[in-house]
Amino acid sequence: MEVSKGRTATFEELAMPLFDQLFNFAQWLTQNRSEAEDLVQETYVKALKGFSSFQADTNFRAWIYRILRNTFLTSRTGLKATSTVPLDEEGALEIPASAGTPESIFIEHSQQQLLQGAMEELPLHFREILLLCEVEEMSYQEISEALSIPIGTVMSRLSRARKALRDVLKQKID
Amino acid sequence: MADEYTTKLATYLDGELSADEMKAVDAHVRSCSSCAADVLSQVQMKRAVQSAGRRYRPDPEFRARMQRQISAQPRAAVWRVWLTASSVLALLFLAFVAATYLGRQRLEREQAFGEIADLHVANLASANPVDVISTDRHTVKPWFQGKLPFTFNLPELQGSEFTLVGGRVTYLGQAPGAHLIFQVRKHQVSAFIFQDRDIKGFSDSDLGARKRRSFEVESWSQDGLRYFVIGDASAEDIKNLAGRLKSAQSS
Repeated sequence: MEVSKGRTATFEELAMPLFDQLFNFAQWLTQNRSEAEDLVQETYVKALKGFSSFQADTNFRAWIYRILRNTFLTSRTGLKATSTVPLDEEGALEIPASAGTPESIFIEHSQQQLLQGAMEELPLHFREILLLCEVEEMSYQEISEALSIPIGTVMSRLSRARKALRDVLKQKID
Repeated sequence: MADEYTTKLATYLDGELSADEMKAVDAHVRSCSSCAADVLSQVQMKRAVQSAGRRYRPDPEFRARMQRQISAQPRAAVWRVWLTASSVLALLFLAFVAATYLGRQRLEREQAFGEIADLHVANLASANPVDVISTDRHTVKPWFQGKLPFTFNLPELQGSEFTLVGGRVTYLGQAPGAHLIFQVRKHQVSAFIFQDRDIKGFSDSDLGARKRRSFEVESWSQDGLRYFVIGDASAEDIKNLAGRLKSAQSS
């Protein structure tokens, strides 16, 4: 029998470097530190249990983010937060950002708290996709796997999330 | 022309355009002041969102606790294996022999013990380990009514070295059960109760004590329910608590 082994990686080697980012994402979802700790804890337990079925040539980061998100969505807080389902339109035109009011005013004032408050006010599905794209710097493909949505939906939802953030900022500034 | 490029700017900045499209947009931005200004403000917004988004950090104690838990687990490795066609057949044959030799029941039992240990470990690290907090068995037992398809008795612990901390509903596979938490000396001990028919791999006989990873475990079946008592307390304490639970069901 000819068997050769490729590179091996333990769960610890793959999962622990993502710990801080997963916690940050978890607290943005739950908006509560204690619940975020529970969510991360449960995610790691589930991921460890399912690790034997994880395929080595797939994206571990997207996989564990998907576990965290799905665990959140089935929690009490998650069920409340997702009471409305977004209507995503694949192939919808991207809404272009205009070199205009919200960004330039924000740049002038540079108020991080203002931006954080605006992000908190966004609906969950907009907040999470902005975090995955801008903070976690995931590719569209990774975001698609983490959120279990098509890439076309990633693009249209990102566009609408960015517009929603600009609108919230504009309301706060005006 | 500007409109054609305007709709692509966000995707360009996300690095998701093809190489050819990237070049085209890049060249356009260099020559179009309107799009250049657009790009600048979008970049600044992306950076601001990135900075604002990195808001929360875990407590070092929480991270350390998780690290200890993960490190204590048996190493689960991802293997990348290349096989020839003949070795695939050989592996299949070996798998059949192994399954027959080991016995399906034993594998299912090992899996159940593994999941019980996972539930106990997850509870140790949880900030909310119980849904009903009480040292009084007359409070904890009725709390489960209506939440589980079975009932059970809790032992009287007054005067003993054990303290009831509380309980919660838990799941093993899809089956609901009771998770009771006790304290003995400085150790937390979990007692799990499920319906016998929901737990695969066990016969009606007592399995007595065994060691699972670093935990002592007692398991037995009584009146259609399967009990597990697990913790890092001494084997004697685990056996003592198991005995008290057994007696409580008979009273």
